[in-house]
Amino acid sequence: MEIKKGIGVSPGVVISTAVVLDAEDLLIPKRQVDAAQVPHEIARLERAVADSIADLSRLRDSVTLRAGQEVAGIFDFHLGVLRDKSTLRQITDEIKKNQTTPEYAVSTVMRRYANSFLSMSDRYLSERVKDIHDIERRVLRHLIGQKHEDLLHLTSDVVVIAHDLLPSQTAALDRTHVKGFATDVGGRTSHTAIVARAMGIPAVVGLGNLTAEVSGGDTVIIDGTRGVVIINPDADQLVEHREAGAKLERLGTELRELAELPAQTRDGHSVSLQANIEFPEDIDDALLHGAQGIGLYRTEFLYLASETEPSEEVHYAAYTDALRRLNGRPLVIRTLDLGADKYTQAKAQSPERNPFLGDRSIRMCLHDIPMFKRQLRAIMRATVNGDIRVMFPMICTIMELRQARMVLNDVMEELEDEGVAFVRDIPIGMMVEVPSAVIQADQFGKEVNFFSIGTNDLIQYTLAVDRTNEKVAGLFCPAHPAVLKLVRDTIRAGARNSISVSVCGEMAGDPLYTLLLLGLGLNIFSMNGPDIPEVKKIIRSTTMEHARQVARRVMSFDSERQVMHFLREETRKIIPEAF
Amino acid sequence: MTASKDIVVTNARGLHARPAMQFVDLANSFTSQVTVSKGGPEPIEVDGKSVMQMITLEATQGTQLNLKADGDDAEAAVSKLAELFESKFGEE
Repeated sequence: MEIKKGIGVSPGVVISTAVVLDAEDLLIPKRQVDAAQVPHEIARLERAVADSIADLSRLRDSVTLRAGQEVAGIFDFHLGVLRDKSTLRQITDEIKKNQTTPEYAVSTVMRRYANSFLSMSDRYLSERVKDIHDIERRVLRHLIGQKHEDLLHLTSDVVVIAHDLLPSQTAALDRTHVKGFATDVGGRTSHTAIVARAMGIPAVVGLGNLTAEVSGGDTVIIDGTRGVVIINPDADQLVEHREAGAKLERLGTELRELAELPAQTRDGHSVSLQANIEFPEDIDDALLHGAQGIGLYRTEFLYLASETEPSEEVHYAAYTDALRRLNGRPLVIRTLDLGADKYTQAKAQSPERNPFLGDRSIRMCLHDIPMFKRQLRAIMRATVNGDIRVMFPMICTIMELRQARMVLNDVMEELEDEGVAFVRDIPIGMMVEVPSAVIQADQFGKEVNFFSIGTNDLIQYTLAVDRTNEKVAGLFCPAHPAVLKLVRDTIRAGARNSISVSVCGEMAGDPLYTLLLLGLGLNIFSMNGPDIPEVKKIIRSTTMEHARQVARRVMSFDSERQVMHFLREETRKIIPEAF
Repeated sequence: MTASKDIVVTNARGLHARPAMQFVDLANSFTSQVTVSKGGPEPIEVDGKSVMQMITLEATQGTQLNLKADGDDAEAAVSKLAELFESKFGEE
């Protein structure tokens, strides 16, 4: 039993079996497996050894061709060790006798081999220890590789333990069986946190070297509310956490009852609460939580979920599916927002030195018009199936917006020529997520039908903070007065131009900022589905007059501490259990 | 049926990785059990079909070994395996 403290980034309690995504350097801790698991673990071992042998045979053949028999001889030795029946028998015995994971058993036996080499006085033989390490790494890679595969084909509920979850990994998760996340690194606004909240499952991040302490098959409690992870809990802890989980569930049920009620203040002012989604399937859950529409559909997950760029038909099918689930409610599609954090720089032909200031998002789309057009065609074709609105991300200059609109116009012309039906005058908006867009908001407001404020990027670009860098993540704060001024100015510019303004960043779903955003005159709050009930509860418990007072007061402060302290006090007055 | 033979390691580098592999590959082509033993202060007997065990013999140049086979093709196994040592594993 071991208790680890981290940062709770998505509330809830889950008790389940761990799946570990190990880091590349292979630290293999000793872990027990259930007696019943032993045959399964041995099968995994045999598969990993067979795969390693297959690798090595291929390697030996290609090296023989390139460098000759003599050089390739080294792989014969590797093959010999793996084919050696006593090797497999020793590892299997370890698994059976000590009930350890195959990873640990392989390490143990290979260490034994390495030691017997090291003890040899013949220098030529003692140097062979390097080959033993090499063999060990190869088998471990195959063992761990299998686990990666397993994530796609889960048959029972698990929690995922990883160093840091990559967007491509979360995109490929089997969402029905993953019940929680815990990671070594990350912060409140990390990708793991965002995905966990969207999925409504508990998550704890910033746990140090958790991946080294948990191994696949361990029972793990993830308490996202308190930011605690317990590895192999004892009976008392299991009982306690089951109760805590049940209590949270009751609270959740209460909040869901709110879903039916309008998002209206006590003095009759209505706002719209919408949800952010990554997949059309997320819509059902969002509607259950009371979403009145989708304020942000992050389409990049269509790209991340597969190896190749999605075709127009894949886009079209996803959008049509989303509209069907929404049944007449609005769907705001954000065009591809890849690059920087969401795009593996490793995949790029020449990795950028500064990806957050690089070829990302709308810039990337304007550099690859055929790809951009494929998405826009699918969006326009889907307009006949429901209420679609489209918005462009990361707009920094007016020319970018005009170019993007021009491409959209081209697409419409093409569709017209082809005789394909679509709705021409759908609302077109832009994300406001860089300071230049706020400063020029009045100009932009004349050329779009709506603004959507992306607070995460707006904060990052205003405060020059990378929120995924643990050393500076503490500086990332929505309550910074400079950020609040930009949010206020955008809302005002929207009002002056008679266009709607929404916030679709994390800030919209954080109950701490509900009073403030309401008081600033925001009409649309778009957040993760599970956050809607609590935000709605605050809105329904206050008046516009009070919210405006709060906003005025907040805008007079000069530090984020004052802002947060005041907002916490004011919100507690309405919902004492909120913080 | 059993057969056995004493041999001396004569190749310069002794029974290192590659010769050990050659020996094990050949040993595995027979159905007989093959064991190899070394005398001296720390006597040791190993499975001639396991490369890891063969290496632990630490059979450097000049080491005396005893080859033993037990099975239907014991005679052939011992004589073929002994030839490997005599040919110095094709090293020189």
